[in-house]
Order: sequence, then C-alpha cells, then structure tokens
Amino acid sequence: MAGLSLSHIVKTHGPTPVLRGLSLDIRDGEFLTLVGPSGCGKSTLLRLIAGLDAPDSGSISIGGRVVDGLRPKERDVAMVFQSYALYPHLSAYDNIATPLRIRRLSVLQRAPLFGPLMPGRRAIEAEIRREVEQTAELLDIAPLMPRKPGQLSGGQRQRVALGRAMVRHPSVFLMDEPLSNLDAKLRVQMRAEITALHRRLRSTFVFVTHDQAEAMTMSDRVAVMMAGELIQLGTPQELYDNPQDLRVAEFIGSPKINVLPLNVLSRAATGASAAECDDVAALAFRPEAASLCAPEAGLATGTITAVENLGSDLFVHCEAPRPDGGAPIPFVVRQAPSSRRVVPGETVGIAADRTRLLRFDARGRRIAERQERAA
Amino acid sequence: MTSRSASAAPHQHIGWLAAAPATVLLALLLIGPVLAVIVFSLTDWQIGASAARFIGLANYHELFADRVFWTAFVNTALYVAIVVPGTVGLGLVVALLIEARPSLRGFYRAAHFLPVMSTMAAMAIVWGSMLHPTIGAVNRLLAEFGIAGPNWLRDARFVLPALAMIGIWQGFGFAMVLFVAGLKAIPQSLYDAAAIDGADGIVDRLRLVTLPLLGPVTMFVLVLTATRAFEVFDTVRVLTQGGPNFASEVLLDRLYTESFDYLRTGYGAALTVVYLAVVVLLTLAQARILDRRVHYA
Repeated sequence: MAGLSLSHIVKTHGPTPVLRGLSLDIRDGEFLTLVGPSGCGKSTLLRLIAGLDAPDSGSISIGGRVVDGLRPKERDVAMVFQSYALYPHLSAYDNIATPLRIRRLSVLQRAPLFGPLMPGRRAIEAEIRREVEQTAELLDIAPLMPRKPGQLSGGQRQRVALGRAMVRHPSVFLMDEPLSNLDAKLRVQMRAEITALHRRLRSTFVFVTHDQAEAMTMSDRVAVMMAGELIQLGTPQELYDNPQDLRVAEFIGSPKINVLPLNVLSRAATGASAAECDDVAALAFRPEAASLCAPEAGLATGTITAVENLGSDLFVHCEAPRPDGGAPIPFVVRQAPSSRRVVPGETVGIAADRTRLLRFDARGRRIAERQERAA
Repeated sequence: MTSRSASAAPHQHIGWLAAAPATVLLALLLIGPVLAVIVFSLTDWQIGASAARFIGLANYHELFADRVFWTAFVNTALYVAIVVPGTVGLGLVVALLIEARPSLRGFYRAAHFLPVMSTMAAMAIVWGSMLHPTIGAVNRLLAEFGIAGPNWLRDARFVLPALAMIGIWQGFGFAMVLFVAGLKAIPQSLYDAAAIDGADGIVDRLRLVTLPLLGPVTMFVLVLTATRAFEVFDTVRVLTQGGPNFASEVLLDRLYTESFDYLRTGYGAALTVVYLAVVVLLTLAQARILDRRVHYA
C-alpha cells in the first residue's frame, strides 16, 4: 500500500514540452484517473511513474520513498498496457508466472535446459504455481491457463494482463487505457470488474483514459489534464458540477455542456442577466439545467435540428445562429419524455436554470458567483 | 442436383484457366527439367552425342561406390554446418548492435549488406589474393602479431574453414537485414512489460522478448541460409577447384566437373538427382522441426 507524490514534473520530447511542471498527490489506496484528450501527456506521466522513462526534472515518490532513478522493477509498481503486451509465445499461465519467476528464481535456476535441475527450483515453482492459480481463480480465468494469447479473446487477454499485474501484489497499479481495445459492452463490464478489484485489493490505482465516462464511473478522484498541465483534480461530482475551467466543463459530461460565447452574441440577444460581471466571456450550462421556452424569451433562440429519445431522457439538439455569420452554436436540452412534443425545424428559445449557470472569463477560467465572492 | 453439376462445370474450367499460366510455367521451368534430369540419369548419354543407351541404375551404383562423391558429400555437410550457424549468429548479433545504437544506423546497414550485392566470383578473386600465403593481407596481419599464417587455400586442414568464412562474410548481411526488419516489428510495449516484470537485463530481454519474437524471421533465415550454403560453388570453382586432394570438393563442383569437364551428362544427372533429394529432404525436415518451436503472432 502506498500513496504517490509527483512534484514539478517536466518532460519534453525534443522541442515539444509534454509535461509542464506537473504536481499531483495520490492518496494511499485511491483510484485516481488521469483523463484528458490524446496528446495531453497522461500516458507519458504514467510511464514516468512506472520508471519506463525519466522526467527532465521533478521528483516522484511512492509510499514516501523517492524513486527517481530507480528501475521499474525496484518501484513496486505493476502496469497494464493498452495493447496488453502479453508475451505471445507463452501460455496464459507462463505470462502470469513470469514476474514471479524473474524475481524469485536465480539466473541459474532460470537457465534453459539445466535450469529445471537446479536445487531449490521445484519448491519455488510449486509456490509460484499456487499463487498463479489463486490469481487465475480470482479473475475467473483458470480454464484458460494453458492457452496462448493468440487463442484468447480481447476480454480474456485483458484478464490475463490484469493477472500478470496482480500476481506479485504491487503497491501501485498503473493502467494505460486498458479498456480501449474492448467492444462497448465488454468495456462496461470490465469497468465494473476493475473497480471491484480495486475495492478488494485496496491498492493504489492510477488509471489513464481519454474516455470521460470511464473516469466518471470508476474513480475516487479524477485529474483532468490538458496540454501537459493538470487543470483540475476532484471527485467526479465536483468536476461535473463545479468545473474550474471551460475545457474541463466541455470535457466532462455527455452530452456536452452548452457554451454560449458572449463576445459573439450581442448583449441584447443574451439578455441582461448574463452580463452581471464585465469579464464574463462565456456562459455554460448542462443539458439538464437547460429548458425550452418561447422564442426570444431565453438566453438564445435557435432551431431544433434533432430530437433523441432514449426512453428515460429526451435530448433536443438545437442550433443558434451567430450574428456574425460564423458556424451556428449547438445546444442540447434534456427534457422528460413526457414533456411537450417538439419537432426538428421548430424555432425555440433556450433558457437556463440561473442557479446552475457557470461563468467563464476570456481565458476559459471560471468566475466565482457573486454570493461566493461576497462570503 | 443436375443443375448444380452443370453450373459447377464452367466454374471448374474457369479455375483451370486462371491457374493455367502458373501451371504451364511450373511444368516448363521446374517439373519438366527435373523429369528430364531423372531420365538422363538412367542413361549413359554424353552431351553432344547422338545416341544414348538406357542403363538403369548403373550411374547411381557407380556414384555411391565413388569415394570422391562421399568426400564431396561430407565436405558440403561440414560447410553447411559451419556457414549456417555462423551466418545466422553473426547476422543476429550485428542486427542487435545496429538497432541498439541509432547513430550511423543506415551506414552500418548498407556497409554490412554490400557483400550480398557483390558478384561472388569477383569477390572470390579478391579473397584469393587476401588469403595468399606470403603476400596476402590476412597472413601479413597475422604476421604483425607473430603468427605464421597457414597456406589457407592449399592446406587440407584449412581450406574448408577458409571457404566457410568467405561464405559467412557473403551471407550474414542478408540475415542481418532480415533480423533488423524483424526487430523493428517487435512492439515496444513488450519490452516495457518485460522491464516492469523485472526482466531489464540484456540476457533476460533477449530470452523473454527478442528471440521468441524473432522466431519466424529466424526460421526463414535458417532455411534460406542452409539452402544457399548447400549451393556453394563459385568460391570453390574460382579458388580451389576442389583441391587440394579433394579437401574442398563439394557436391555442386563435383556435378560441374563430371557434367562439363568430363562431359558425362548421365552421371552428372544422377548426381543432380541425389543433390536435389538431399536439399528437399533437408528443407522439409527443417520446416517440420522449426514450425513446432516457432511462434507465429
């Protein structure tokens, strides 16, 4: 068991900065997700924690021990790769046994041909067999042990990769987009299994994904990264309700948050209510905080382009034209399915719950509410 | 049922038609000549002669009773036994070294590949002068270290190893290029996984990742190198003509000598048949053994 502490991590690939002085503390036993669009540096960060790459500057400690300069095997971490990275020529059993064999058997005991004859090898192999079988049992893959990775399905390979990571009980699990190669149904199932595994093992999990749904459903806390920086760290609910940056607001939540740029729409069109503060550049509100109203009565007026009925929810997609003739601004409004039927082509007004209106400045930073500032 | 067979027949015609070009070429260039050689081997025909007599297996009887044939056979086997491991081993080591050092990678690759591109008969002459007992570069270099080099190509003990060295020199660049391609195909994530699992030493990495994943390439290189080594001819012909006292006589040189120096076409054909049989058997055996031990991803 161990927490993780990253301080001022800088990493560049050639002239491109990948991580710009990132600091992050991960609690012991926590399930923390690093989420962000591709190229934001989240996978690089994971490789730095694992010791597969070295940062240009900054320091990493695991469980209070500074691990800078230590090799991956000395860090007590395990990693699950996006491609699973199973050894294709070894059976599932041998794949899972490999980390134990390398750690516990001496060079001579692992030697080809005469290795099996070395004293002590039988006892260690028996011990390894017990632990591998225990792990396989836990992951429900015991019958697959004799098979080679090529004979396993994506989900089964995923479990073998998890087994190889689990078998030596590392204090930190690193997972690099482990679900992205699975089909949609299996992905949802493996989400649940990995969170169950986390509850059971009580180890620290660092999970990298570009899928905000995975981040929201699996994590204790989520770290949103953009362009090599940590933008916001918080529980999934905090990020959803209280994003501190417009990019976070746009990244988290599906369908996407509605954003109303004020510099494009005239003051009159957006209504006096919006301009409570002069540096407000954009208003944002979640689809469930939005509602349809009469044209010209809300924050914006637009045309309905599509209506999505999911049974439990009804999403109305609208487009509001920009006065400057640019691409129209899309809006999504969530309604109860029982509400008034609307059809594409209809002109409607879009209103927002004022208490759930988020205000951002020109640089995309959140502007605190008046009452908060007063307090 | 009748309608089905009626409609199947034209399909069959089209199938044969589509395969015809390849079939004709195969028959003309491969199966035909082999059959012709087998027929020749049962006669006493000499090239240019107007008549030939069918003599059954007499050529084969003579062949298997000939001590020189067996010498050539053993020499060829020894040559293959030195050249194949040497070429594959050296090719692999050089490929690993080239891949480990990114600088000048292209230069080293090209430099090591040059012998493959060169004309062996011409290169053999160069080697002949390098291996000259008194003025050759090799013995002069050895003399610098106080070693009196042997007469490489005239000494029965050294002639075969010397020819094998030339064979390795010529062939390892090809093996190297194939190994470099194979190394590039190994995903980095496997090396990462190995590092996390604790295998970060050079030996462990080789055993856990590199060598197993090079399996298919190695298999290909082995079969190819073995076949090429079996065909050793030009160096022998140019440098030693099988001498001294048949110490470097190999199967193809024997074949050439009998067929074109002595014009005994029938006997040469029998030699060819035996040679072909050995090569085919060896290739089949190799493929069998290796296929079971090679993982194809």
